[in-house]
Amino acid sequence: MREIKYVEAVNEALMEEMENDTGVFIIGEEVSCAGGAFRATEGLSEKFGPERVRDAPISESGFTGLAVGAAMAGLRPVAEIMYLDFITTAMDQVINQAAKVFFMSGNRIKAPLVIRAPYGIGTREAAQHSQSLEAWFAHTPGLKVVMPSTPYDAKGLLKTSIRDDSPVIFLENRILYFKKGPVPREEYLIPLGQADIKRKGKDITVVALSNMVPKALEAAGMLSKEIEMEVIDPRTLVPLDIETIAGSLKKTGRLLVLHEAPERCGFGAEIVRQVSEQAFDYLDAPPKVLGGLNVPIPFSPVLEDACVPSAEDVADAVKKFIPR
Amino acid sequence: MKKETMPEALRIMYRIRLFEEHAKKMHKENLLAGNFMGALHTYIGEEAIAAGVSMLLNKDDYVFSTHRGHGHFIAKGGSIKKMLAELMGKEAGCSSGRGGSMHLFDTEINFMGGNGIVGAGLPLATGAAYRAKYLKTKQVSVCYFGDGAASQGTFHESLNLASLWKLPVIFVCENNCYAVNTPVSETICIKDVAQRASGYGMPGEAVDGNSLSDVYTAAEKAVARARDGAGPSLLECKTYRIDPHCMVAGDMRKKEEIDKWKERDPIKLSEKWILNEGIAGPDDLRKIREEVAEEIKEAEQFALSAPLPDRKKFREEAMDIDGSKGALK
Repeated sequence: MREIKYVEAVNEALMEEMENDTGVFIIGEEVSCAGGAFRATEGLSEKFGPERVRDAPISESGFTGLAVGAAMAGLRPVAEIMYLDFITTAMDQVINQAAKVFFMSGNRIKAPLVIRAPYGIGTREAAQHSQSLEAWFAHTPGLKVVMPSTPYDAKGLLKTSIRDDSPVIFLENRILYFKKGPVPREEYLIPLGQADIKRKGKDITVVALSNMVPKALEAAGMLSKEIEMEVIDPRTLVPLDIETIAGSLKKTGRLLVLHEAPERCGFGAEIVRQVSEQAFDYLDAPPKVLGGLNVPIPFSPVLEDACVPSAEDVADAVKKFIPR
Repeated sequence: MKKETMPEALRIMYRIRLFEEHAKKMHKENLLAGNFMGALHTYIGEEAIAAGVSMLLNKDDYVFSTHRGHGHFIAKGGSIKKMLAELMGKEAGCSSGRGGSMHLFDTEINFMGGNGIVGAGLPLATGAAYRAKYLKTKQVSVCYFGDGAASQGTFHESLNLASLWKLPVIFVCENNCYAVNTPVSETICIKDVAQRASGYGMPGEAVDGNSLSDVYTAAEKAVARARDGAGPSLLECKTYRIDPHCMVAGDMRKKEEIDKWKERDPIKLSEKWILNEGIAGPDDLRKIREEVAEEIKEAEQFALSAPLPDRKKFREEAMDIDGSKGALK
């Protein structure tokens, strides 16, 4: 199978969905003139014109709200927030408007929009360009939250997200953007709410979000002679496929959850809650979350890297989990 | 404004007034009985604005409303039965009892909702206008907001975007002199909100919001401009809210000021105009008012007899709202 970059997979998904449905349009900063800050929308303006690939001024609240209103009226907008951190200026439109309108209107008005946002740590851009905010959105009823870790997942999930009738927060990891992976040429969709087992194992279940997936796989490789790690990528936080996680625990009895967001009130806590309530009998040891430090992200590369778990940290945590 | 349409506009104003008088009574009785029934923001004194603007709108034109939205809903053609049921938290309400007074919706008339967040409707209305232009439907999008919302960032962002892309929006600022209890002189550094339109390259006009014909005449230009594809307008309607901010808020305004504005009651002004012009006689107006009073009674009967939502069914459905069980496809 051919291999393409994650960001190219995003681009292909947008291209295909815009071809499929004329109601799909893109709005965001420099999505047309520059093809997006990370080239996710490159070439789309040439193909579909500037009305469907709309450059917006630096008005996150305005253009996100515009996208919500257009979705309420029947289009399927895809809004790009240049850096997820900037969504803070549009939070009313996301939380009070998009997330609530379907419910609040007695299921009369849908807001089928996708908000795509590059995010995450690792590009040395400091505290206001590096955050992992997924737990904020997962905590808000009415939003779906998608966090793919591979080009294959990014493409299939983005296409499904655009066709979904709910507002979807689609989080694209910037470090993963330029990694390649196999993506078929033929069209395919991946349903929301379906976890993927990225590596099979019998000793411990490691649930990893987004950029922690490759680190978990690296750790699994390092430990492969002594411990068989099962690595699960939930791919979507809302809806969450807790069944696949619980099914794995039945076999392994041990749970480690990995994310780069701070541990406190992170999504790992939610996974541990659900497992504790629904799969307690399978557990042979207390479940653990290994996440980021509870600090704003610093600039210095040494300090920045110290904020999130590395593959070595994951391996150490797994070893502690399974005493020899 | 065409003379023969005046009585119909007056009927809308009566409907708003009598509906709200009834809603206030109901709200007060509930409070006295120890039941909280939300805030209830009334439109009394501002009816000429929604009535005047809505006379120019088609059924499929969009309206984005505010926390003070009963009048906008009625003027656009919303069902008072369903609205009253909504205010009582009934399943038969226009938002199935989930929205309440601040979140009225009616998709049949493209009434796209009230809003509990001041200024939040401006980008939404701009978005519906984006769709109208995108699909070349000739619909227009009306956004009502107050003088308070004119100080929100969304005001700036939305007017800029709408003008930049020549979107068919009519931004209707209902300047009722107060943001809750803060006078507009303490929130806005210029005389008219409408002056701000020049900063966005769109027409801006300030009119007497208590004059039905003045509102209509100004809105006619704005709607025509939007429908012709020439872009948005800002229409400021100067008015006054006769009631406190809401039925559970304190009122710091002077009684003399309120009394002075009561003399300029938009309903009285419209009645006087109709009678003076000889468009209709006192008996005709009395008849319209009686017919509206009858509608309110029917709405009351409908809302009272409508069942409350089912708690068990809701808790089962609510499990779906987070998407984990797939509420939507």
